[in-house]
Amino acid sequence: MTQSKFYNAIFAAGITFILACLMIGVKLNTEGTTLTVEGATAAQWGWIIGGITVVFFSQLFSNQIDSAFGKLPKPAVSQLVPQSLKSEAMKPWLLAGVIVIMLIWPFMASRGAVDLATLTLIYIMLGLGLNIVVGLAGLLDLGFVAFYAVGAYTYALLSLYFGLSFWICLPLSAALAALFGFLLGFPVLRLRGDYLAIVTLGFGEIIRILLNNWTAVTGGPNGISGIAKPTLFGLEFTRKAKTEGAETFHAFFDISYSSSYKVIFLYLIAVVLVIFLIYLINRLIRMPIGRAWEALREDEIACRSLGLNRTAIKLSAFTIGASTAGFAGCFFAARQGFISPESFIFIESAIILAIVVLGGMGSQVGVILAAIVMTILPELAREFAEYRMLLFGLLMVVMMRWRPEGLLPMKRPQLELNKQ
Amino acid sequence: MSEFSLYLLQQLINGLTIGSTYALIAIGYTMVYGIIGMINFAHGEIYMIGSYVTFIVIAGLLGMGMVSLPIILIIALVVAIFIASTYGWTVERVAYRPLRGSNRLIPLISAIGMSIFLQNFVVLAQGSRDVALPPQITGGWSFGDPSNFEVSVSYMQMMIFAATFVTMTVLTLFISRSRMGRACRACSEDLGMTNLLGIDTNKIIALTFIIGAALAAVAGLLLGLYYGVVNPFIGFIAGLKAFTAAVLGGIGSIPGAVLGGLLLGVTEAMTAAFFPAEYKDVVAFSLLVLILLVRPSGLLGKPEVEKV
Repeated sequence: MTQSKFYNAIFAAGITFILACLMIGVKLNTEGTTLTVEGATAAQWGWIIGGITVVFFSQLFSNQIDSAFGKLPKPAVSQLVPQSLKSEAMKPWLLAGVIVIMLIWPFMASRGAVDLATLTLIYIMLGLGLNIVVGLAGLLDLGFVAFYAVGAYTYALLSLYFGLSFWICLPLSAALAALFGFLLGFPVLRLRGDYLAIVTLGFGEIIRILLNNWTAVTGGPNGISGIAKPTLFGLEFTRKAKTEGAETFHAFFDISYSSSYKVIFLYLIAVVLVIFLIYLINRLIRMPIGRAWEALREDEIACRSLGLNRTAIKLSAFTIGASTAGFAGCFFAARQGFISPESFIFIESAIILAIVVLGGMGSQVGVILAAIVMTILPELAREFAEYRMLLFGLLMVVMMRWRPEGLLPMKRPQLELNKQ
Repeated sequence: MSEFSLYLLQQLINGLTIGSTYALIAIGYTMVYGIIGMINFAHGEIYMIGSYVTFIVIAGLLGMGMVSLPIILIIALVVAIFIASTYGWTVERVAYRPLRGSNRLIPLISAIGMSIFLQNFVVLAQGSRDVALPPQITGGWSFGDPSNFEVSVSYMQMMIFAATFVTMTVLTLFISRSRMGRACRACSEDLGMTNLLGIDTNKIIALTFIIGAALAAVAGLLLGLYYGVVNPFIGFIAGLKAFTAAVLGGIGSIPGAVLGGLLLGVTEAMTAAFFPAEYKDVVAFSLLVLILLVRPSGLLGKPEVEKV
């Protein structure tokens, strides 16, 4: 242990003290109209001192800790799957097995678990959509939640004012979100990456502000409640049919009413939508347009000199991504039955972006995996609900340092020249 | 002058007040972007922390029975700058420096994570409710016909102008005259070359973050006193506005950030004069899109030449 190491540790501990002493050590308190301060409790000071000690010793022994971490094998998620399952011939069977399990398990699981799975599937849809924009086309979109909101409000408003059903609104929501994506993308896609990020972020805020203030139509901050649930060929999942002449699911099949049918039905719709999206996106990636997305992400100038229309390619990625979000939004509105601008704040965009990045940009399996992790982990850590967002932010920073390429980086068949 | 033009003048003054604080925050964005080409997403949170520290120090000193307002403000300013700079430095050291040189998206995600972390850190430490400080600087100076429409400039607004002006002057002198300022400029021209010439670029980058955080703390103090309210969520929208201002003026250019901030503040105030106040953000972002369409590199930015 050298002397400089010791000074370094003292310095880091001092910095930690400066960071903590006022922000944690003193608490602002409003008493009537005057503002007073009070010192932190002994327990809080205990935390501060504990934190400083941890920082001090981790700096003092940073070499040892680093080498200890270096010895830990990096988890290679792709190697968790046995080699025998990786062969191409097994793939369809594996896929079929996964789909069958996904369709069967809700009938055995609890209602809460199925509901959580539905939420996860919504995030998978959103992740897949943003994956096209960020992962494949390399366009940084920080306002993705705007298109999600457009989809959700399209269904809510159409069903509220015109009584249109979920199944009609689903394509309409996607189309309207795509239109918004097109209208926004057309002028701004000429911009360089970071400008695009900030413009899309601003767009997300604009949509939220409009929803919040256009009270006559959107209900403002109170949102819209009582949105109709999806039906199965006109069969409703309520105890008594709501619309005139409609029949309920349990009456039609002559079984007793159970509220979990509705939850399972919503889950199954989500499964079908996700499978449809994965199929669609897989096709798109293999089409010339999908290859053009990736080529443009890798080298824009080379693409242009090869005669690719840069605007059209970017716009297609942006529009298709937006329509996916509209799709997910429509389903979200149907599942919740209630939407308000509160559901479409920036933090949602950040979560979706985190899903794409944690999963490994461009990789669909990675995105699905990350969506599952990101929705199920907070549920498991219920007792830490207060610290949820704090840990979420920390996780993003730590992940970027530890595994910036994501859990399952995208792989392309490739040949490498022998480097000699 | 007619009543209407006096009203516009009043809005112009209000707009310039807010705009000059946007400019202070925007400089932090623009300097970091100019040197390492990344959006420091957590910058808005540094501003928020600066505001909190100001409130804590002022409330603490008032509670201790200190009466001299100038001394209280100076102590608050010094402490806020010190703590916010420490936060800025730490964020750079912990979340950005290890990621330098990787894909452009990686530090940005890390920055978003840091922003969420800091915001929730303050929520946990100080609670999520609004904290209000009674106005410290009252009174003002007004002209015009009191029976008709009176244009008033409060002492608080004058203080904001003066503080911003002094800060900008010091910064300009520092950047243009001092050795370190020259190193900063060299870094924004060509980071690799500067490093080859024997300048510790890591130090300069850290310095940039410290300067940016200090300016954000000044803005935090001024806006905190002006509005009299802080909560842990003010950082996001202020950061967004300031970044818009930086892009508006041409990111990477310090005079551009100032121009963009003032322009944005005035535009918002003028919008609030004619439309419901909620729509001023909509107009601000629409302005950004419009300017980027006409001049993609911002008002004072250098057009970027794409090279293979």
